[in-house]
Amino acid sequence: MSVAENQAVAGRGSARAVAVLSSLGRFLVIAVTTYLGLLAVTFFIGRVIPIDPVLAVLGDRAPTAVVERTRREMGLDLPWIEQFYLYVKAALRGDFGTSVLTTNPVMSDIRRVFPATIELATLGTIIGAVIGVPLGVLAAVKRGSLIDQVARVVGLIGYSVPIFWLGLLGLVLFYAKLQWIAFPARLDVVYEYTFTPITGFYLLDAAIQGQWDVFYDAWRHIVLPAALLGYLSLAYISRMTRSFMLNELAQEYIVAARAKGLSETRIIWGHALRNAAVPMVTVIALSYANLLEGSVLTETVFSWPGIGLYITNSLQNADMNAVLGGTIAIGSVFIAINLFSDLLYRLLDPRTKTG
Amino acid sequence: MMLEKFALRSRALLAGAALSALLVAPAFAVTPADTLVEGFAIDDIISMDPGEAFELSTAEVTGNTYDLLVRLDLSDTSKVKGDLAESWTVSDDGLTYTFKLKPGMKFASGNPITAADVAYSFERAIKLDKSPAFIINQFGITGDNVTEKAKAVDDTTFQFVVDKAYAPSFVLNCLSATVASVVDAKLVKEHVAAATPSADYKWDNDFGNAWLKTGYAGSGQYKLREWRANEAVVLERNDNYNGEKAKLARVIYRNMKESSAQRLALEAGDIDVARNLEPNDLDAIAKNADLTTTSAPKGTVYYISLNQKNPTLAKPEVRQAFKYLIDYDALSTTILKGIGEIHQSFLPKGDLGAMDDNPFKFDVAKAKELLAKAGLPDGFKVTMDVRTGQPTTGMAESIQQTLGQGGIQLEIIPGDGKQTLTKYRARNHDIYIGQWGQDYFDPNSNAQTFASNPDNSDAAKIKTLAWRNAWDIPDLTKETEAALLEKDSAKRADIYKDLQQKILDTSPFVIIHQQLEVAGLRKNLKGFALGPSFDTNFVGPVSKE
Repeated sequence: MSVAENQAVAGRGSARAVAVLSSLGRFLVIAVTTYLGLLAVTFFIGRVIPIDPVLAVLGDRAPTAVVERTRREMGLDLPWIEQFYLYVKAALRGDFGTSVLTTNPVMSDIRRVFPATIELATLGTIIGAVIGVPLGVLAAVKRGSLIDQVARVVGLIGYSVPIFWLGLLGLVLFYAKLQWIAFPARLDVVYEYTFTPITGFYLLDAAIQGQWDVFYDAWRHIVLPAALLGYLSLAYISRMTRSFMLNELAQEYIVAARAKGLSETRIIWGHALRNAAVPMVTVIALSYANLLEGSVLTETVFSWPGIGLYITNSLQNADMNAVLGGTIAIGSVFIAINLFSDLLYRLLDPRTKTG
Repeated sequence: MMLEKFALRSRALLAGAALSALLVAPAFAVTPADTLVEGFAIDDIISMDPGEAFELSTAEVTGNTYDLLVRLDLSDTSKVKGDLAESWTVSDDGLTYTFKLKPGMKFASGNPITAADVAYSFERAIKLDKSPAFIINQFGITGDNVTEKAKAVDDTTFQFVVDKAYAPSFVLNCLSATVASVVDAKLVKEHVAAATPSADYKWDNDFGNAWLKTGYAGSGQYKLREWRANEAVVLERNDNYNGEKAKLARVIYRNMKESSAQRLALEAGDIDVARNLEPNDLDAIAKNADLTTTSAPKGTVYYISLNQKNPTLAKPEVRQAFKYLIDYDALSTTILKGIGEIHQSFLPKGDLGAMDDNPFKFDVAKAKELLAKAGLPDGFKVTMDVRTGQPTTGMAESIQQTLGQGGIQLEIIPGDGKQTLTKYRARNHDIYIGQWGQDYFDPNSNAQTFASNPDNSDAAKIKTLAWRNAWDIPDLTKETEAALLEKDSAKRADIYKDLQQKILDTSPFVIIHQQLEVAGLRKNLKGFALGPSFDTNFVGPVSKE
């Protein structure tokens, strides 16, 4: 290799490094502004709502002197801007304040409740993808057939029926009438105070510890809410898969493959789906993120102690530290998932591979 | 192609079969035989420290886990009986109360219960100065003098000195409040955290408050094992209890907010008791052969109040007209069925001197006559702030309809509970529909808020319900204060009767009903009863068949 060639390689290398750094920098700028915007909006909404935050701490019956003292302790007598500055300053140190409702630091609360939501959303997304993708593929392949119509109706119901209604209906049927599943909670009372979670994902924890009775109990509790969330994401994933597949199946390479005499299975699952997989990753990732932040109603109906229920309770009680902390946590996950799906996208799509 | 289609179809069938196999589960659920499980909305709990706790669900927990010097006598709730105290005397000048403790008692930790623990409990409650501290402050006890005014004379003798010769019934009733619970001083002192003295807080330590928010240092029938906010409270039997031991080993309060969810869980046998049932669910439970219901009147009254800053509502005839434009009978047979009893006086049943005659009936003609006298024969328009949820929304709709018959057009402004309350506390409402639970089991608690208003200015230090409605009542305020110094219980009761009558005749408060607390329970429970207050909802006597 000549000296000139060597320099060229080095030059190309550093150019790539610069490109990576600048995209990283751009990502950081976007993340920081997103965070600040999120914080500012949530913070000021929390201050504008016509609810006195001291009420959340003390209730209606506290004497006036205690109310005034608590107002000073909470820094509510300071100007808004100063309150916000103090909040951000503490947040940068990782201190998101203390929740009024639980009296714990907000971050420790979130560490406790988030795994419940992640467990539920993960299971829901798995169900949604495992059933939704084949359903979408079938609907596209048999376009206009009975299967397509059924898939459309299933999807439509999933889109349009409110999930809390489906949840209540499911509870009445499977829990109250048939007694197939367990009552709304994460575990039965018997296990709740004897089982020590490690990761916070109960199914996983029970499996690690080999406590199969706990595993079975956790399964009986999670199956209905997970199935519901799964249905929700199935509706979305199957519709999107169908349209991606239709798009692929109309391409010329499919005609070419058929002309070459490849089996239909190979064409559909090996070629068309492979190409449709790229945008589908984004769809599944987005649907996962949606389940993470959008499980509020499901968690309420099923008394699922996850982050949705945590934020709802906090909001109802004007516990703004908890609401802010929860919003940031969900925002972070959203950003992380977007980044992750971006990476996967690059891996799956050969055109985005550089060099 | 055919084969593939078949393969796909059978794969789908197999998956379906596998899923349904996983779903099938054993039949009927039962709670463990040694454990009582209650479904209860416990999301109001913010601290388990008895010196700080002031919420209704917390009162139930502390009532079962802590002891007091004296406790409400359940056979006659206008009196108290000894709890940790064996006996007590009041000095002739009415200022010094001397309590003799029962001998040989222990805390759940095994530490002995002494008068020094009682004194420390008072000291920390006063110095922490949280919401309920005013119940003790009323007797002239402050952070600076509490160690002299509430002190241990010897191991079993505790002395409490008040600043005026109050009615002994008033003092003793206040000492039965949660804030006067006795904590294990030795145990609490092991968990004290340092504090920086400031203008608002003069002391160098937190008296164990941070620890006791979730910790436990009591001597009750049950001990607190764990409180998980918004999830559950777990109690365990205290084997060191100085009286009859609790029958069940464990009590679990599970946070469940929805009436319908509680009903489902109760029917399925996943909980033994459902505590927040609405009338329709209550009906269904009453019809179920495995279930039964129980109820008890609680010290909470529901009312609507008219802001006297509104010149129309400030007219005496208008105030009275409202009292005739409520269809009490219709309310009691529909929205309040099973959960409330019509009660028009401000003292709840069970209080010393409480009146139980309800003079007002729905009477449109009478109301119209009063409105005409006020110069408003054609009625007027007015707004009411209503917390969304039941029973307030249902009540408001009924009231809107009946006021309309009298010519008063009511506009309902719905809002979240804390939102309507914020507006009410700032005196920005026209009409407010709300409830008031007494702070401690003594007539003064409600008299002070409904019938006294020491300073009606916006900058007032004491903001009673009368203040919130800008009702300026110097004479009634004096009468309420006088009742506190009436040593003779019968005469004291008469003063409260007179106050209640005056409130009925002149006040801007239309008191509608007293809350009935209801519970649905499984029939295999024995000994379950609701008390007259939340801190007397004892679970110790409950057992299972």
